[in-house]
Amino acid sequence: MLNRTGSLLFAGGFAFLLFVLVAGLPFGDPSMPVGHHVLDEAADVVGAANIVTSIVLAYRGIDTLGELSILFAAAMAGGLILGHPAGGAKPAPPAGFILRAGADLLFPLLIVVGLYIILHGHLTPGGGFQGGVVLAAAFVIPVLARPGQVPSHTALAVVEGLAGAAFIATGLAALYYDREFLAPLLGQGRLGALVSAGTLPILYLAVGLKVGAELAGLLIRFTEADAPPPR
Amino acid sequence: MIELTSYALYAGAIGLLLIGIAGVLLCHHIFRVVLALGIAEAGANLLLVLTGFRWDGTAPIIENGIQGHMVDPVPQALVLTSIVIGVGVQALALALAVRLRQAYGTLDLREIRVRMERDLDAQAGVAPPASQEEPAGGRPLPPPVARPLIASREARP
Amino acid sequence: MTMAWIIVLMVVLMLASAVAALVLRNFLGAVAATSVVSLGVSVLFVLLRAPDVALTEAAVGAGLGGFLLALALQRLGLWRLEVQEAAGDAE
Repeated sequence: MLNRTGSLLFAGGFAFLLFVLVAGLPFGDPSMPVGHHVLDEAADVVGAANIVTSIVLAYRGIDTLGELSILFAAAMAGGLILGHPAGGAKPAPPAGFILRAGADLLFPLLIVVGLYIILHGHLTPGGGFQGGVVLAAAFVIPVLARPGQVPSHTALAVVEGLAGAAFIATGLAALYYDREFLAPLLGQGRLGALVSAGTLPILYLAVGLKVGAELAGLLIRFTEADAPPPR
Repeated sequence: MIELTSYALYAGAIGLLLIGIAGVLLCHHIFRVVLALGIAEAGANLLLVLTGFRWDGTAPIIENGIQGHMVDPVPQALVLTSIVIGVGVQALALALAVRLRQAYGTLDLREIRVRMERDLDAQAGVAPPASQEEPAGGRPLPPPVARPLIASREARP
Repeated sequence: MTMAWIIVLMVVLMLASAVAALVLRNFLGAVAATSVVSLGVSVLFVLLRAPDVALTEAAVGAGLGGFLLALALQRLGLWRLEVQEAAGDAE
């Protein structure tokens, strides 16, 4: 292991290097060639009111596909590493009344909020990833309240697989019709309406369901892993 | 005021990166290494978003056709991806830590490294490497034999 | 300008929590400090006119990240509220 002085010197030197680099950047008045181009054209070409969504799904859609694959690989590797519980360990008792009642009340609220965030991703801040995280929380909190009743891992895996396939299928359909992978299709509609911006809401719905199912599966595996005996 | 804001933001982002990197290099407990990695990622994301800020900018969302100067949306899209990947990496690191705890019973990196090398050597059938601080041989060592420093002329061919 | 003082306050809070996360002996407190860092960064994102990124950081970094760390705490046997063993930290 590196000794302490060397490590602190390295970290300090790195920070100094970064500071010198950013001191040369014009803070507050950047010359953004790509940014200006996107801001001028995004409303007409893509038709989504949220310009960050139009970059994430239309201009850089393949980066989102890469992000989905990284999440998939991480969740799969995490599930593989954790493995099956040893079995024979006595299941944890159900939690107290407050947690059970709260979980029962929160479950429909979280599902509604999650779907709202996913479906309005192209109009307001939000989108597939944020809504997917809220959906995953909606499925994990009842497991915390009643540790014995776990949603079936097969159902979660099926939802995740179908959602991921739908994302890629939409991209391939764009390849077939428009000769570009993941180009937005289906016309743009009126700017600011719920049904607008072509295939962007469909793509975000697929992303949201995939991320939600994936993270729910991973978190439930965490709750099932063997806990060491308390000291 | 303008300089104060810009210096404070840059100091915050670079400071978080510094603390995170120092934590990853110096901590012996696996859990603290994972925490430090998360802190470093937060600092890096903040630094990315800072490059797109405009003083007179608004959020990059079009409402009612009003479209003033907007901040740069490209770094924000990149940081969206980066945050989600960061939590994926954190989940994988924690899964590894849980398995390490189940396999070795401790979370101290120094002890785990020593034991892991010993286990790998034992599995491969290789003898553990001799330590550089302790000379090889049984204890107590035999007394050294007196030998001349320069060989005499008769020994040379 | 009040925005400058809010930014300075958030930055100081974030840096103090980051140091606390690496120094505290109680691991539950260290996880809470990491969530404070994430929330501070999220507030700074709102002040930097990036609402999408702020929502993502609050939901994923503070919410899901903190949840994941707390779940792992229990599986790692670190959930005790008293001081841990000597397998501590640096500095």
